[in-house]
Amino acid sequence: MSAETGRFSRLEKHNIFDVAIVGGGVVGCAVARKFALEGAKVVLLEKGRDILNGASKANSAILHTGFDAPPGSLELHCVQQGYKEYLDIFKDFNLPILKTSAFVVAWNEEQIIRLDKIIKQAHQNNVSDVHGIDRDCLLASEPHLSTHALGGISVPGEYVIDPWSSPLAYITQAVLNGAEVRFGYEVCGGQFDGENWLLNSETNEDISARFVVNCAGLYGDYLDQFLLGKSEFSIKPRKGQFLVYDKAATALINSIILPVPDERTKGVVLTQTIFGNLLVGPTAEEQDERNIAGVTADGLENLKSQGEAIVPALREMPITATYAGIRPATESKDYRIFNYQDKNWITAGGIRSTGLTSSLGLASYIFKQYSETTEPLVPPTEIKTPKMPNLAEHEPRDWMKPDYGEIVCHCEMVTRREIENAMSSTIPARDLSALKRRTRATMGRCQSFYCTARLAELMGGDADE
Amino acid sequence: MHVDVAIIGGGPAGLAAAITLRKRGIKKVTILERECNAGGIPRHCGHPPFGMREFHRILRGPKYAARVVEQAKSAGAQILTRHSVTELLPGGELKVASPQGLLTISAKRVLIATGVRETPRAARFVTGGRPKGITTTGALQSMIYLKGLSPFKRPVIVGSELVSFSAILTAIKGGMDPVAMIEPGQRITARHPCELIAHFKGVPLLLNTELKEILGTSKVEGITVNDTKTGESRDIDCDGVIFTGKFIPEAALAKLSHLQLDAASGGLEIDQFGRCSDANYYATGNILRPVETAGWSYREGHVVGAMIADDLEGKLSDIKDASVLCRCEDPVKLVVPQRIIPGRTGGFKHLQLRVSRAVKGELIIADNLGREWKKKMSVLPERRILVALSELGILENTGTLRVYFKE
Ligand SMILES: Cc1cc2nc3c(=O)[nH]c(=O)nc-3n(C[C@H](O)[C@H](O)[C@H](O)COP(=O)(O)OP(=O)(O)OC[C@H]3O[C@@H](n4cnc5c(N)ncnc54)[C@H](O)[C@@H]3O)c2cc1C
Ligand SMILES: Cc1cc2nc3c(=O)[nH]c(=O)nc-3n(C[C@H](O)[C@H](O)[C@H](O)COP(=O)(O)OP(=O)(O)OC[C@H]3O[C@@H](n4cnc5c(N)ncnc54)[C@H](O)[C@@H]3O)c2cc1C
Repeated sequence: MSAETGRFSRLEKHNIFDVAIVGGGVVGCAVARKFALEGAKVVLLEKGRDILNGASKANSAILHTGFDAPPGSLELHCVQQGYKEYLDIFKDFNLPILKTSAFVVAWNEEQIIRLDKIIKQAHQNNVSDVHGIDRDCLLASEPHLSTHALGGISVPGEYVIDPWSSPLAYITQAVLNGAEVRFGYEVCGGQFDGENWLLNSETNEDISARFVVNCAGLYGDYLDQFLLGKSEFSIKPRKGQFLVYDKAATALINSIILPVPDERTKGVVLTQTIFGNLLVGPTAEEQDERNIAGVTADGLENLKSQGEAIVPALREMPITATYAGIRPATESKDYRIFNYQDKNWITAGGIRSTGLTSSLGLASYIFKQYSETTEPLVPPTEIKTPKMPNLAEHEPRDWMKPDYGEIVCHCEMVTRREIENAMSSTIPARDLSALKRRTRATMGRCQSFYCTARLAELMGGDADE
Repeated sequence: MHVDVAIIGGGPAGLAAAITLRKRGIKKVTILERECNAGGIPRHCGHPPFGMREFHRILRGPKYAARVVEQAKSAGAQILTRHSVTELLPGGELKVASPQGLLTISAKRVLIATGVRETPRAARFVTGGRPKGITTTGALQSMIYLKGLSPFKRPVIVGSELVSFSAILTAIKGGMDPVAMIEPGQRITARHPCELIAHFKGVPLLLNTELKEILGTSKVEGITVNDTKTGESRDIDCDGVIFTGKFIPEAALAKLSHLQLDAASGGLEIDQFGRCSDANYYATGNILRPVETAGWSYREGHVVGAMIADDLEGKLSDIKDASVLCRCEDPVKLVVPQRIIPGRTGGFKHLQLRVSRAVKGELIIADNLGREWKKKMSVLPERRILVALSELGILENTGTLRVYFKE
């Protein structure tokens, strides 16, 4: 008898999960939540020390309406479902939303001509409140915009959300309703015996599950190759660099400023962040590496001059931070969702540049596919919903309530109480990056000049990112 | 809560001002300090020399900080630590966060003394990922001197300002073996004989060397540098990068307030009494300009403290609004104070200037009336240049002062 079968026999029936989700990006977190709420016995396997270890670590945090998504695409469907569901649930979770709206701004005649097509497409996508706006109205709404703007489109429904607290809320709810999470679990092999999957990692015990959802993001194609022997797509990493301006700069725009998109990307965007900063980015740079998201002096200089061309007053504004994220792009524009029914396996691949918005919609879509082939589940009788700590600048923060101990990060006004809570929450922060995403600590203008040492102390020595 | 003077920041400048104010008989002088301890930056500069000017002896930073705090306390100033000022409102009203809850403090006068910090990696646009092991001198000092933590072993020090050399000392104190100090220019920014620190500590000083890229994904594995003369690049093996200097005033609070900032210095715009655009607000210390020593900031604190006392005694009330504006032109990088009220003595006795690069020639200060003050000089960046206000003969109708260099 082979070693594999030996391992199978050791597993008790009740140790078999209904579904194993590989990858704790925003998609994996949303899928875990959906399955847990539907009553499945869920395990989420994430190779990093925390969720959001890949593409979901760094994005523009815009909640998209789908106005510019390809009509009829799966992406459009999931973005619109996700958008709707976020609006339905965010209050229950105490998650924030910044109802900024957006303007698509045309800077030359050729772009002006393209606006009509964009409006038509938006209406076709059922985003019916999208409308043209003339130069004067645009400049009246955005007084700091460069006067070179020629006109644009108003997209009232585009909003800004918290890119880190939302996925954390999803996975926390999954866990509160019975899901399990394994960090440091890199799935590197597995066998399907016609009924169950046995997933292996080099460092951890095997996991047995009836069904697998591949949410491995930037590594989704590899996972399919390793475990299914083939992948129907290949990831073509596309890096996006960002500039974050000081809080004083947020007053310079009221809405998200979008460019007229081209074939490849949504282009460079100016947006407020939920944390009260102004963001300029992203770039779109093809690269081979999937795990290296470095910034480049040229890329940042370029963003700076693009930002200043759009809002000239940015010239006077200090830059707080820079970062880069990697999109799991593929050879196709649309999402790469594959349902391998004979293998009890669904792949949610190539969730390129709208996954933060679409994740909740994707989760429902994937669950629907799953439930078509399996026996019905029994949802938990009482659904638990976590209240997330608020990190949004426009909502009351922790430091406004007494007994917080001390302010540890002065630039972002992060309290010791928030840090302690983040380190002991349902999905605790176990390193500085995780702590930063849960509290904003070190994200501010001093970039940890003042607080590194104290944070290091609170975290038991590891405060260097 | 009502006070006579609220001082934001308990560093050398704020503390010194408090001491003077109390000595001048001002009753309620309250220092609001966001850290758990007052003392400011010297608290974590575990090296000499501090205190030559103030105490006529050489002290290490922490000892110096403790002494100044003690002086302020015994002078009767109230020091509220863990009090972060979050908002400045017109007329002298402050919003303050404290562990006891939110407060509003109304002060007859407010003094802003929030100091400077170094420019971190982000704002310098350096190519590379985010490996562990990138820090600033200030963060390293607080790790080593305040918490006994040592984040790497073989750092490279970027920059050659005074603080860069204290980064060498701090690193060695932390048991590190600095690999090199790199400076893009052809000479160090700090004064001679600072380079001897590098020399005696065996740290190679690489001039004409510019940082191009930080290498490493999870930990710093090295850096790529460019020779600014030949354009050739090479890698240096190291496990840490310390970004030093390029100071910027900690003006975040002021930026979000009604007060006028000075784009050139990055700090608050003031007149020779230290008064801001809202006459209930004053500023002193390194918030005014990057960067001076603790001793200088301390002295400046006393000067502005005395002005506030004068003001509260009604001695500044007859001051006219008409003021002369000082405008600097490249390579003159900043001028402090930016506004001069003609015909008054008291307050700052000098214009403080800095240049952005090494220059040789004639410093000229010209007014609208066609009068020029001139002086031949050869100066380096980050060096203090002082011009006595009394020499400028500023008149009511002087208008604007242009401060520039003829090379
Ligand atoms: C620059 C940029 C801007 C963007 N802006 C927006 C926006 O404004 N709005 C929006 O809605 N979307 C935006 N996005 C898109 C969004 O960020 C992505 O669509 C989303 O993050 C994809 O998430 P994911 O879960 O599919 O992948 P990932 O986040 O990559 O998650 C995959 C996870 O799987 C783990 N993993 C991989 N292999 C294994 C394995 N073998 N075993 C265990 N774990 C494994 C990884 O560690 C990772 O945590 C942007 C993206 C980028 C890069
Ligand atoms: C890393 C570093 C190393 C230095 N090394 C030396 C040296 O070796 N020798 C030397 O002479 N000088 C040194 N300096 C220069 C230093 O700025 C001066 O020594 C001196 O500390 C300036 O005094 P200050 O009172 O203006 O500011 P600081 O000493 O910086 O004090 C400002 C105080 O304001 C507080 N504060 C800021 N914002 C708020 C707020 N919103 N609410 C409440 N409190 C607030 C801060 O916590 C701080 O305690 C160094 C500076 C730095 C940054």
